[in-house]
Amino acid sequence: MSNEKIQAGLDKYNASVEKVVSRFPERPNLPEQRLYTPLDIKDTTYDEIGFPGMYPYTRGVQPTMYRGRFWTMRMYAGFSTAAESNKRYRYLIESGATGLSCAFDLPTQIGYDSDDSIAEGEVGKVGVAIDSLADMEILFDQIDLGKVSTSMTINAPASVLLAMYIAVAEKQGVAADQLKGTIQNDILKEYAARGTYIFPPRPSMRLITNIFEYCSKNVPKWNTISISGYHIREAGSTASQEIAFTIADGIAYCEAAIKAGLHIDDFAGRLSFFWNAHNNVLEEVAKFRASRRVWAKVMKERFHAEKPKSMMLRVHTQTAGSMLTAQQPNNNIVRVALQTAAAVMGGTQSLHTNSRDEALALPTEESVMIALRTQQIVACESGLADVIDPLAGSYYVEALTNKIEAEAWEYINKIDEIGGAVAAIEKGYIQKEIQDSAYKWQMDVESGAKTIVGVNKFQIEEEPPKGLLKVDASVGVAQCERLAAMKAKRDNAAVKASLTDLKAACQDENENLMPHILNAVRVYATLGEICGVMREVFGEYEAHVNL
Amino acid sequence: MDIVEELLKGNRLALSRAITAIENEYDDAVEIMKKLYPHTGHAFVLGITGPPGAGKSTLTDKLAKAYRAQGKTVGIIAIDPTSPFTGGAILGDRIRMNGLTMDEGVFIRSMGTRGSLGGLSHKTADAIKAMDAFGKDVIFVETVGVGQSEVDIVKAADTTMVVLIPGMGDDIQAIKAGILEIGDVFTINKADHDGADKLVRELNMMLDLDAHSEQMTQNSTEKALADQFHHLNVAKHAAGAAWRPPIQKVIASQNEGVAETIENIEKHFKYISENGILQQRRTERSKNEMLDVLHNNIGTYITRRLADTGELEEYVGQIKRRETDPYTVVADIMRDMLKE
Amino acid sequence: MEKRIRVLVAKPGLDGHDRGAKVVARALRDAGFEVVYTGLRQTPEQIAEAALQEDVNVIAMSILSGAHPHLFPKVVDLVRKNGMDDVLIIGGGVIPETDIPALKEAGVSEVFTPGTPTGSIVDFIKANVK
Ligand code: B12
Ligand SMILES: Nc1nc2c(ncn2[C@@H]2O[C@H](COP(=O)(O)OP(=O)(O)O)[C@@H](O)[C@H]2O)c(=O)[nH]1
Ligand SMILES: [Mg+2]
Repeated sequence: MSNEKIQAGLDKYNASVEKVVSRFPERPNLPEQRLYTPLDIKDTTYDEIGFPGMYPYTRGVQPTMYRGRFWTMRMYAGFSTAAESNKRYRYLIESGATGLSCAFDLPTQIGYDSDDSIAEGEVGKVGVAIDSLADMEILFDQIDLGKVSTSMTINAPASVLLAMYIAVAEKQGVAADQLKGTIQNDILKEYAARGTYIFPPRPSMRLITNIFEYCSKNVPKWNTISISGYHIREAGSTASQEIAFTIADGIAYCEAAIKAGLHIDDFAGRLSFFWNAHNNVLEEVAKFRASRRVWAKVMKERFHAEKPKSMMLRVHTQTAGSMLTAQQPNNNIVRVALQTAAAVMGGTQSLHTNSRDEALALPTEESVMIALRTQQIVACESGLADVIDPLAGSYYVEALTNKIEAEAWEYINKIDEIGGAVAAIEKGYIQKEIQDSAYKWQMDVESGAKTIVGVNKFQIEEEPPKGLLKVDASVGVAQCERLAAMKAKRDNAAVKASLTDLKAACQDENENLMPHILNAVRVYATLGEICGVMREVFGEYEAHVNL
Repeated sequence: MDIVEELLKGNRLALSRAITAIENEYDDAVEIMKKLYPHTGHAFVLGITGPPGAGKSTLTDKLAKAYRAQGKTVGIIAIDPTSPFTGGAILGDRIRMNGLTMDEGVFIRSMGTRGSLGGLSHKTADAIKAMDAFGKDVIFVETVGVGQSEVDIVKAADTTMVVLIPGMGDDIQAIKAGILEIGDVFTINKADHDGADKLVRELNMMLDLDAHSEQMTQNSTEKALADQFHHLNVAKHAAGAAWRPPIQKVIASQNEGVAETIENIEKHFKYISENGILQQRRTERSKNEMLDVLHNNIGTYITRRLADTGELEEYVGQIKRRETDPYTVVADIMRDMLKE
Repeated sequence: MEKRIRVLVAKPGLDGHDRGAKVVARALRDAGFEVVYTGLRQTPEQIAEAALQEDVNVIAMSILSGAHPHLFPKVVDLVRKNGMDDVLIIGGGVIPETDIPALKEAGVSEVFTPGTPTGSIVDFIKANVK
């Protein structure tokens, strides 16, 4: 059919619909456009869509996607002590998880030892407490680091935890160049949305580029950063904001690395991303597709990357925890299934699924099992993983992909005008945009413009939930005792020397800090001691809050 | 708790409660102010004004730390806008000064404008006195910073510092008349951004021009402002040696240029002390204070009486029907009152 | 000038979850309150001192990181020690129902968990503020 004919048909349809609508009004708060036709994508050339594994990667980064192998099923886990978390990891591997993902407690993420007074009441609560190499050895006990791929959600002290991982591998007899995994290492979104920052932007960016450089030579299979939109979205942003702010962060990292003397194609292939899978399935699929297209263009046109690998946006995904409710928690299983479908149709490389007790506590073993099974059911039973990019060509999804891409460019351009992501964060611009979206969401839920089943509709009287996971306060006491015992045993003179050496290295901007941190870690200097030295030299970040 | 007694003893909660009483016009507020008044007049009051986001709070934080290092005690009053629609406010200055919270020698109080338009709240002046009586050596007053109308600060402060930032574009044109009149000391903050030097140059030019004030009163806004200042009757210059406001580049977030800024502030304070301007300003302040209370009380008194007798409604009706006019009505009221 | 309700919205401990705290802060502003937000990583001592200097009527703490059993009671203690007997102390976040009785025992007047409409927080404050 020609476009003219379609237009004529559409006009006729619209006229007929008007009559219907006047008698049977549509539900409120719907997207304005009710129907998509070829007219909505008439300006989209097939170049923009393309083929899997080919520029601009709209349809996915691998040529065969899940026909070869499913995405990595990677469950984020960690709580209490290293021994306890080690048990959970081995349980997950036995249950068919194909990658590990470590959650650290807040003192660890902010560079404090468990015996620091500021850590009181927080040790082991929301992740595993790691004070030194000794804990890391227990964490990966009987787990072959030569085989498993490990993702670590660690940012400000990423260099220290990576060094500990390398050191544990050494002890297991696994060389650094065999290690596979990811450190999140994305400080910009910590400032903007996640909150576990330590140092100001400049030294933080230096640490990040130091890691890029060190790994490109010594740990070549390691993903040196996971540029994360997940947390931005969870903090309340929209889909377009999620990818726009994250890609803007990605641009800032590339610029920093190039400024530090690296060549784009030497590090860009090891950059990875982290997206959220929200409830609105089609919007999410479009977001994934749009994000790959935008990144490919950024790499090619802005940074003149030449290697295809540099242009591929490879992504880990987590389902949206903020969409899961404390009310009627079993409903969350269904939500997660839909979110999983979105991530898979969106073409993710790796996925964590949240548990039904998300809004209540850290998940129990049973809940985690259901969440993992959800992935396995979608993978093996739904057919969604059998054909590549199955929603391509949908008028709606293609139009939505275009729309999200356009909105993302608008934000990226705006951030360019402000002077880049670092400046935009220092001005509080990105934070403010996220907050505004979060507040709007809350008000929409409260006004009923948005329906959340069990929260503002279909509520029931419920018994308080039972059998939730609880981390006892005694964990902190025991951890401090272990730490004290370790400190008594180690070679304290060697620790002192390594820290003095690290301090000098910190003061010399041209020095790569990684080898120095590795030395300190090897002699059991603690995370708090190492970060303490860096705090001394680098100072601490002050947040930019504008409500 | 006897608020006054405790406050004078150095009880921080008492100071806090006194400010609340003042701000909310509690019944005991006037009594408290009466008793505190003899203990005031010792603090140095620094006004800090400039557009929102210029870094006033950040700079206040750094200045306070510097004064603390000199052993001086510090009070900070930070004003943020109250929403005219809901009456609510986010008081967001304190968050830039978190590092001062645990310093016993610093007391920070955030206030909403609560309907006041001059950049302060109606009760700021009394809150300053409470801190003064408490024994603070230096009191910073951070204004809302919305632009031209920030004239109240000049009345309240001994020295007024204007904080500007590069990249404001033509804004500086728009506000120049207002800020040039207000500023005793200028700070160009965010000197880490492009355009700081240019702004310094422009400002220097404008300040030099300021000497020829006839050139400054070309358009009506500027004229109005100049009149307003005349009306405020604020002493800006001594008869003899004129004060040329210094300009200092600062990066507040990195604590750069702060020492120099303090030098400027102290130089200005020395200047106004030595030239009698400080005394003149404080005399004017006393006069203003009295007149404010007078206007306020008389106004309230008359309004209440008119309302009670029903005359208010009657007058309003007559004016609305154009049977009379506001001027005649007020003249009549005044005549009657004075007869009494 | 009528009395305005002043609220300190505070984030004790190392928890970085601030979406809820910021949403609540804004909602309280829109309800006509004067709101001071502390930002992240505040010690109980800092919160108690800020509450004193600002003479707030309400201290509203948000924790989603499980450190509430340790931190909430500590703030209550310090605030009372400062002589602020009349300030209303409430909390919110991811807080297991089984922990709530102990928090109330410790002096937290009410605890608001996920899914709470901000309107009911406003109503609670208006009904209970002294
Ligand atoms: C969003 C989110 C995040 C975002 C936070 C973004 C941000 N800037 O806030 C991101 C992705 C960054 C994040 C990170 C982490 N998270 Co998280 N996160 C959530 C999630 C999914 C939703 C929270 C949310 O914002 N909801 C929306 C807001 C509007 O609701 P709310 O905060 O609940 O607030 C409402 C009420 O609780 C109440 N309220 C809240 N505060 C206050 C305060 C007062 C005074 C009052 C009156 C009311 C009130 O009123 C609000 C309106 O209804 C929850 C799970 C869930 N569904 O609740 C997990 C959850 C809180 N996170 C969790 C964890 C473990 C983490 C991490 C520590 C993981 C790790 N090891 O790295 C990190 C670290 C973050 C950090 N720096 O502290 C756990 C905590 C477990 C526990 N307490 O036992 C949870 C419960 C998930 C889970 N089950 O594992 N998270
Ligand atoms: N780049 C830069 N940012 C600054 C500087 N001073 C303050 N800021 C930032 O500017 C923003 C606004 O500062 P704030 O003190 O709140 O401004 P106020 O509204 O004038 O009080 C904050 O994010 C500060 O961190 C500076 O010298 N350089
Ligand atoms: Mg301010």
